[in-house]
Amino acid sequence: MSRNAQNDHLTRLEQTSIHVFREAFANFRSVCMPWSMGKDSNVLIWLARKAFCGKIPFPLLHIDTTYEFPEMYEFREKAKVIHGIDLIVRVNEDAIRRGIGYATHDPVTVTHELKTVPFKAAIDEFKWDALVTGIRRDEDPTRAKERWFSPRSAEGNWDYKDQPPEFWGQFASSAPEGGHVRVQPLLEWTELDIWEYIRRENIPNPTLYFARNGKRFRSLGCHPITHPVDSPASNIDEVIEELKRTKVSERAGRAQDHVGRNSMQELRAKGFM
Amino acid sequence: MSHSSLPSPAAAQAAAQAAAEDQRKMHVVVVGHVDHGKSTFVGRLLNDTDSLPNGKIEQVRKNCAAEGMEFEYAFLLDALIEEQEQNITIDTTRIFFRTTQRAYAIIDAPGHKEFLKNMVTGAASASAALLLIDAKEGVMDQSRRHAFLLSLLGVKQLVVLVNKMDLVQHSQETYEKIRTEYTAFLKSLGLNAVHFIPIAAKHGENIVNRSAKMAWWKGPTVTEALDAFKHEDDLTGLPLRLPVSDIYRFDHRRIVAGRVEAGAIRPGDELIFQPGGRRSTVRTFEDWPGPESRDVVGTGGSASVTLSEQIFVERGQVAAHPSNQPRVGREFRARIFWLGKEPLVPNKTYKLRLLTQNVEAVIAKIEKITDASTLESIQADSVPRDSICEVIVRTARAVAFDLHHECAITGRFALEEAGRIHGGGIILDARKEQNVREGKVTAAERSARSGHAPAVLWFTGLSGSGKSTIAELVERRLFDAGRQVFRVDGDDLRTALNRDLGFSAADRAESVRRASAVAGLFANAGHISLVTLIAPLAADRAKARAALSNHAFIEVFVDAPLDVCEQRDVKGLYAKARRGEIAEFTGISSPYEAPESPEVHIRTDKLTTDQAVDLVLDALDKVLRTKADDWEV
Repeated sequence: MSRNAQNDHLTRLEQTSIHVFREAFANFRSVCMPWSMGKDSNVLIWLARKAFCGKIPFPLLHIDTTYEFPEMYEFREKAKVIHGIDLIVRVNEDAIRRGIGYATHDPVTVTHELKTVPFKAAIDEFKWDALVTGIRRDEDPTRAKERWFSPRSAEGNWDYKDQPPEFWGQFASSAPEGGHVRVQPLLEWTELDIWEYIRRENIPNPTLYFARNGKRFRSLGCHPITHPVDSPASNIDEVIEELKRTKVSERAGRAQDHVGRNSMQELRAKGFM
Repeated sequence: MSHSSLPSPAAAQAAAQAAAEDQRKMHVVVVGHVDHGKSTFVGRLLNDTDSLPNGKIEQVRKNCAAEGMEFEYAFLLDALIEEQEQNITIDTTRIFFRTTQRAYAIIDAPGHKEFLKNMVTGAASASAALLLIDAKEGVMDQSRRHAFLLSLLGVKQLVVLVNKMDLVQHSQETYEKIRTEYTAFLKSLGLNAVHFIPIAAKHGENIVNRSAKMAWWKGPTVTEALDAFKHEDDLTGLPLRLPVSDIYRFDHRRIVAGRVEAGAIRPGDELIFQPGGRRSTVRTFEDWPGPESRDVVGTGGSASVTLSEQIFVERGQVAAHPSNQPRVGREFRARIFWLGKEPLVPNKTYKLRLLTQNVEAVIAKIEKITDASTLESIQADSVPRDSICEVIVRTARAVAFDLHHECAITGRFALEEAGRIHGGGIILDARKEQNVREGKVTAAERSARSGHAPAVLWFTGLSGSGKSTIAELVERRLFDAGRQVFRVDGDDLRTALNRDLGFSAADRAESVRRASAVAGLFANAGHISLVTLIAPLAADRAKARAALSNHAFIEVFVDAPLDVCEQRDVKGLYAKARRGEIAEFTGISSPYEAPESPEVHIRTDKLTTDQAVDLVLDALDKVLRTKADDWEV
């Protein structure tokens, strides 16, 4: 492919995401990018480096639930060096002391305590007014309604009933009093786009996404509640071929989404990504 | 020979291009009056194109059964609680699916009047629109309002779906009646529907499969019509418009970052940055990860540009080729759609956002308000929510723009209040009387060119207090930042202009008067002038301030105790004065009246030189920011 081609699908997505990154950095006082170390998050890092000519000019945040797969911790250390990441790590030590965990509590409670609570505490501590997230509209119906720049109140709530209009590349340019804005450069991407872009750009990713013994992870979260799917796809080409045929939803292996009919919406209204 | 069967490189490239085009997702917005069946239609479209995830239908059927409701295709989309309770779509959502031809993102926009801003958000990102009209109910308020907004948002490809044909016995007559009425309405907006397709979404008629009950319909099905939509025109052939998003200085490089909104840019191109009019040449593109960078960045591409000549560039400016520049001005006529809860009122200050420009603006005059659903004129002093108006917009400082019909993407803007967008507009024409540049060059034009307002920085203090040292560093910093700056030094003036003056009180007063006149001339020429003069008497300094009152005036009191100055005695003047060799020497044999409320007070015995320079620059920066809002054209 010509390096000047601008009309191909992935390049268009990439260039739009870069624009979103740049607008966020220009408009907000203090930007941070939460990093789950998953594939979307790693694509974000790549896009940020493209947007800012190699250097990510803001810190990344890892909310460590302590339930990450061991491979993820290894990947974290490796990627930190490769990308020159300024990484902040936060753990809700208090919740762990109180014995909150998957062995004793339901996934919605644990997700709230070990992810959302320390996440909000970090926002309070660092006073970020813009947070870059890797959510995509194709992941979940509530995420389909998201904006490129999505304001969150001081309590972290998403007022999805009264979202600001967004058109002609003009986004919300300031955060609500005491709140922040979620910046979502991957909104228009699909899971397939993510993998095709990872292949094209050769972006480092954890190997858990590739099948071992007939099973692979399609989406990565806390190990007790993240289940692999049946799949023979053991490399990136096979993953892409599989996604072109599948009709199973990406987050099917993520237990916290499926507890109640509206569990994802409840989590998100309370500040979950 | 086998050679002859190989495609030519050009043909191969064209084929590759076509394949890449196919991959591009077509964004189609679905609009129409509330309850005209949008969600049902989209649900059915997903079902009939076999695009639903496994088990989705069963899951929704089960949920419906659990709540004692009849299953509807609309429920497939209604993921949020509110929608299920009220049975209306409140926000836009995206649904991804494929026909046999290509991938789509269907934007489901709400039809309820209350959620017009969400409809606008959805429609603005679409290349084409499907507008549903209920065959039984006919053309309604939102059917018309949505079409009006589509025309303003620039969605030109439109297919009308006459839905619920099953409720009118699939009557061709009813269909024709709606088609005739609505075609006339669209025509008045300058719109033209590609097709009016009769459908019954609930039963999947004419969506993917042809309806046996409407054999009279010979036109396309919905999916056939979708597959005929084209992607927006590539704007690479238009003149270059590269709005500056930011300047990056993360390392030794100084990179101008922005997205090409129209045209294309190449290394070696000469650029002019408007407003301001400064020129430079593209040296490189700094693409990561390299090693090679692109040789051209076309429309939609994000550029990272280094320039050959270091000029002052800032966010908001638009880079263009000098041969084809945007307009620059402070007044234009626009058609605005207003979505704010509070009405749009004249002479109130809003933020106008045009590309990356963000300036204060007022509606100078409302020329016409139109009810978007009836196209009738409304007589009012303010523009109510959800209506359309034609107005004169006046901005606080010059902006770069195009007329909407010349280049849509640079000929439109959003209006913001308290950080939230409340309306959008397209620029119909520039106001000649304000924008034509003939005759006298105005101060604002000079400001627009230099990129900043003029100002006078008046440094006063004892001999040896550090006035010149600080002023020289301030001048250097400003000069390097691309500002127009000049230093008017008291000692320099005495070598020529003030050669006839001594140090008597009267001569000192005259010396201050002349220095302020010179500083005023430089300020009139658009410069930031830095005056360094002992000017010991408060009355003389007050006169200077008054004489320069039409410019930003910053008095900088460079304050060091007499003993410190005397100790420094760089020029040996204090020693001479103590020996009685200089009469009327300020501080020794002549008074120094310290300023009572200078804009900047520098204790040179307590601050480092760098700190002092920063204090001055901060004060200047603040003043220039407020001044930037009232450049008069």
